[in-house]
Amino acid sequence: MSNLLLLIPIALFLGLLGLGAFLWSLRSGQFDDMEGAANRILFDDDDVKPSGNSKKFHQDES
Amino acid sequence: MNAPLQSCRHCGEPVTAMSPAAPDFCCAGCAGAYELLGEMGLTSYYNRRAIDPKVRALRPDEEEVANFDFTELASTDNEGHHHLNLMVDGIHCAACVWLIETLLQRNSAVLQARVNMTTRRLRLSWQGEVADIEDIIRPVMQMGYRLIPFDPAALEQATTSRNKELLRCLAVAGFAAGNVMLLSVSVWAGYFQGMGGATRDLFHWISALIALPAAAYAGLPFYRSAIGAIRNRRVNMDVPISLGVILALGMSLAQTIRGEPHAYFDSAITLLFFLLIGRYLDGRARGQARSAAEHLLSLNARSITVIEPDGTRRLIAPQKATPGMIVLAAAGERIGIDGTVIEGQSDIDTSIITGESIPVLTRPGTTVFAGTTNISAPLRIEVTATGGNTLLSEIVRLMENAEQGRARYVAIADRVAKAYAPVVHTLSLATFIGWWLIGGIGWQDALMNAIAVLIITCPCALALAVPVVQVIATGRLLRAGILVKSATALERLTKITGIIFDKTGTLTTGKPELVAQPPEDKLMLAASMAANSNHPLSRALVRAAGNVTPQVNVSEQAGLGLMMQGPAGPVRLGSRTFCDIAENADVPSDITGPELWLAEPGVAPTRFVFRDTMRSDAPDVIETLRKRGFDMTLLSGDRESTVRQLAQTLGIPNWQARMSPTDKANHIQTRSDDGKHDLMVGDGINDAPALAAAHASMSPATAAEISQNAADIVFQGDRLGAVIEAIDVARKADRLVRQNFALSFAYNVITIPLAVSGFVTPLFAAIAMSSSSLIVIANALRLHVKSGKPEGVDIKPATELSQQAGT
Repeated sequence: MSNLLLLIPIALFLGLLGLGAFLWSLRSGQFDDMEGAANRILFDDDDVKPSGNSKKFHQDES
Repeated sequence: MNAPLQSCRHCGEPVTAMSPAAPDFCCAGCAGAYELLGEMGLTSYYNRRAIDPKVRALRPDEEEVANFDFTELASTDNEGHHHLNLMVDGIHCAACVWLIETLLQRNSAVLQARVNMTTRRLRLSWQGEVADIEDIIRPVMQMGYRLIPFDPAALEQATTSRNKELLRCLAVAGFAAGNVMLLSVSVWAGYFQGMGGATRDLFHWISALIALPAAAYAGLPFYRSAIGAIRNRRVNMDVPISLGVILALGMSLAQTIRGEPHAYFDSAITLLFFLLIGRYLDGRARGQARSAAEHLLSLNARSITVIEPDGTRRLIAPQKATPGMIVLAAAGERIGIDGTVIEGQSDIDTSIITGESIPVLTRPGTTVFAGTTNISAPLRIEVTATGGNTLLSEIVRLMENAEQGRARYVAIADRVAKAYAPVVHTLSLATFIGWWLIGGIGWQDALMNAIAVLIITCPCALALAVPVVQVIATGRLLRAGILVKSATALERLTKITGIIFDKTGTLTTGKPELVAQPPEDKLMLAASMAANSNHPLSRALVRAAGNVTPQVNVSEQAGLGLMMQGPAGPVRLGSRTFCDIAENADVPSDITGPELWLAEPGVAPTRFVFRDTMRSDAPDVIETLRKRGFDMTLLSGDRESTVRQLAQTLGIPNWQARMSPTDKANHIQTRSDDGKHDLMVGDGINDAPALAAAHASMSPATAAEISQNAADIVFQGDRLGAVIEAIDVARKADRLVRQNFALSFAYNVITIPLAVSGFVTPLFAAIAMSSSSLIVIANALRLHVKSGKPEGVDIKPATELSQQAGT
């Protein structure tokens, strides 16, 4: 019985963690371009000159 | 036509012998692009890409570069960084995204360049001067991509934020449904394994703790819509959904407080989860179609060239023009404003406004309208009207009047809900009264049974019946280049009995084609000269001749024609006056239309006449539609002889010529007052009121902006067959929707008696609900399967019966 008292909160916490992660990724625009995201993983970065000034960038809501 | 030699190394289009850069490239622009990529070490692009035949080929020569004022829509933040949103035309695959981003990031001024592949939009941030933008994006344009600045605030904001809200609700509902189900399964297992009352109550309490806030949030889209409907004294599907969810949760909470064994938290939250999936997919499918339609519209957008008093030129957006400004319209360019010609002589293609297929000769003093195309020579136009005084705003007023009829259309799901909700609610009430007064049990147990009826009939399958089919139908049409913009368009399309076509640009291509075959040697000579020019008539000549080698020593005289030094003297190709032919010279045939003359020294001049020709599949499409029994009409603003000729060629029995925009809309109005439902297919500005008035409407992607906005469905490509395809899919979707409703009712017929007699447990409700939803979804998926039957066997115009259902 006591293991339930431990397991249920753990399950809920993990679930909430997943929900929070999803809502965060949604807000930060990671779901704006599903097609592009699927393809970007295949790009080779080796021939892109590092521009140094590329900051962290979110597709803004506008 | 000769077989193409090979594919262009850059754009992949066939290289013909006439190409200046043969055999490797189709044009100088492609050769330049290839060289530029080589210099930058980005040739790996060619190995990575996959050419999409549906996307415009990357030919840098095809479009005039930089015809926008890119600085106008750029915004500057307080760090001095500039941002601009651009539509990109010509993205074939992920390699294009990579290439565009890499090309831009090579420029040290660029802070960020990110292409959204789904919406084909580029967001660019850079530092330095705002005006640097043209240098920054030039390499991308040289590759053959077209970049059009746009204002994101003006585009589809509402749809996007609504879909994001649905996705958030979906996430919350999904989380809650998963966790509550975990607890519920334990409780159900506990029935058989003797779970103690205290543990069960604990599980119910935890479920309540998760489900109540989750349902309060995730159910918002439904509650809002239900309240809106009730305020307007209507019933839609969301009313029984909201009521069912709220009552189920309320009752379960009461049961939990009293320590009773049955709670329905899982049913309520799972219901919301399933419905939100349907809602979200539905919204996304239509969002994709809309964003594709907006993309097409933006590609048509053009800046206008204003000539300042001091003689300098400036590009501005058409809506910023003020009366008195002088605007330059180049040959082949679409005129962006209403005005009076003050300098220049040209032919104007007014088909988009009047339906007239023969260009109108324009001289100083002639009034021209926005939307028409200047064909032969540059014009200077003084702006006379802006804002509410333009012809376009007049058409908008006509359209708004015509649109009112369509707003009254009630979707099938809402019609079903209207019949369904009272029945269910009465049944539930009867159950309660029956058990309490006649059955002689306590009011709490009677209420339990009554609410079980509401839950078991809770329209999960019913509410999924329409959206799931819609998603699949819209997606299938989207892949075929047919963009369904309106939610009820497909439903309305199934009701039509008549089809009304516009002529120019709809049944015809709207592009000039050479008619009356001239002597072969003259044609080849003329075409080889014309290959040097971008003029629409020159291009038509080249198309007619096929594979020609361009002459080298040809000079173009803007607005007049082409001249070449031949062995016997100058050879001229151009207008009548350019070739020194008398205004009233004998014309060998009665064919009228835009013309070109070829004058060689000492030889009688040759006349080339051009005409707007039919879409290649128009006869087949009309024939198929007639076989299916549709009542077809041709309404055109063009002259009678042309309209009659086309109507007879295609076998359209009813036709009317010289129709004004109001005439067209009135014609449709009269027919709909007689109870007929028409599909209007048109592209011109003059068709917009008719498109809005018709029961359903389609327009090609080449149509005027206002017509594309008025139409329910926009189709891309040269094929008129899109009309048949859309009707087919709509019919099939309608059949599946009806089957889905039948399935849901069949399920209710079985479960309602059980619920009324009080046999339903939460476990039973969960199983019944999920299985019925799965059956409905599986049935809808059948739309993906193309039927092997020949087209049109089982498709006939809507019967009188379904017409009545539609009103």
